[in-house]
Amino acid sequence: MTKIVVVTSGKGGVGKTTTSAALATGLAQRGHKTTVIDFDVGLRNLDLIMGCERRVVYDLVNVINGDANLKQGLIKDKRVEDLFILPASQTRDKDALTLEGVEKVLEGLKEMGMEYIICDSPAGIEKGALTAAYFADEAVVVTNPEVSSVRDSDRILGILSSKTRKAERGEGDIPASLLLTRYSPERVERGEMLSVEDVKDILAIDLLGVIPESQAVLNASNSGAPVILDSESDAGKAYEDAVARFLGEQRPHRFLTANKKGLFGRLFGAQ
Amino acid sequence: MSIFSYLLPKKEKSASVAKERLQIIVARERATRGGPDYLPQLQEELLMVVRKYVEVDQDAINIQVDRESGCEILELNITLPDE
Repeated sequence: MTKIVVVTSGKGGVGKTTTSAALATGLAQRGHKTTVIDFDVGLRNLDLIMGCERRVVYDLVNVINGDANLKQGLIKDKRVEDLFILPASQTRDKDALTLEGVEKVLEGLKEMGMEYIICDSPAGIEKGALTAAYFADEAVVVTNPEVSSVRDSDRILGILSSKTRKAERGEGDIPASLLLTRYSPERVERGEMLSVEDVKDILAIDLLGVIPESQAVLNASNSGAPVILDSESDAGKAYEDAVARFLGEQRPHRFLTANKKGLFGRLFGAQ
Repeated sequence: MSIFSYLLPKKEKSASVAKERLQIIVARERATRGGPDYLPQLQEELLMVVRKYVEVDQDAINIQVDRESGCEILELNITLPDE
């Protein structure tokens, strides 16, 4: 049984690709055969985050057009067993991605025995984002605790409820869960940032995880290793928790409170 | 939180302002979600008619489409300014 998961957000730059990479890597680490697909045609980036940019020969559009078969298009991760990457095409032709073509690729991946297919959606609500979401069984909505991101997430939730194949077939909404990224408990405590509860209230969906703002994320993308592999970092641990919850485990949310400062810090350290 | 900040007047925290603004806009957008495509234009034209007689703001008009057991209800709210 294969589960197709779309990682989406509406707004750009909130951490969709970082999340797709971490989620796929985490699932594969736990022994689930997983492929992560970059749907951002023209703006390929998942390959950089996964650190396989120099191994890209064929891409999603090549596979759809039959220039390469699926096995040739897939890049096997060198660090984690059972993890495969299918990069986006750098073509400027946005029509290269057809629903029929994508369906064929997804069917091929199912036949190869993939347990999870993670679809890294492009930003926006145009064709690319709709194509990434169309075949999904489940959605992970990546959101920053910031007004424009929350509004766009709500917008994308509305689109998901009518534009997926399941919705069109009258099979109802696909389950969607919230992944709150770039969270800063210090700023929340100072009343400068929307809290987890605020965002949950507004979007009214289940919380998959909260990823704290962390230096580790930039370090990870700099070096081309998904941040979940940095198991010492807060962000890595938070993603690991999110993967566990995604697989049905109950885990308390961590990194939601600021580190307590001593008396000296409270008296003199405004920040 | 430094000791000096207790001496300063309390301002409303930006996070609570953000939440309030979001609740309003999200509720409004959900109300028109899935509605017919002509809604924004209808809203615009209705506003023009109202403005011939009363000066009202862009956000004084609120359009909502509800579906109830097979029939659609177009609900229109115009807040007129106090004289």
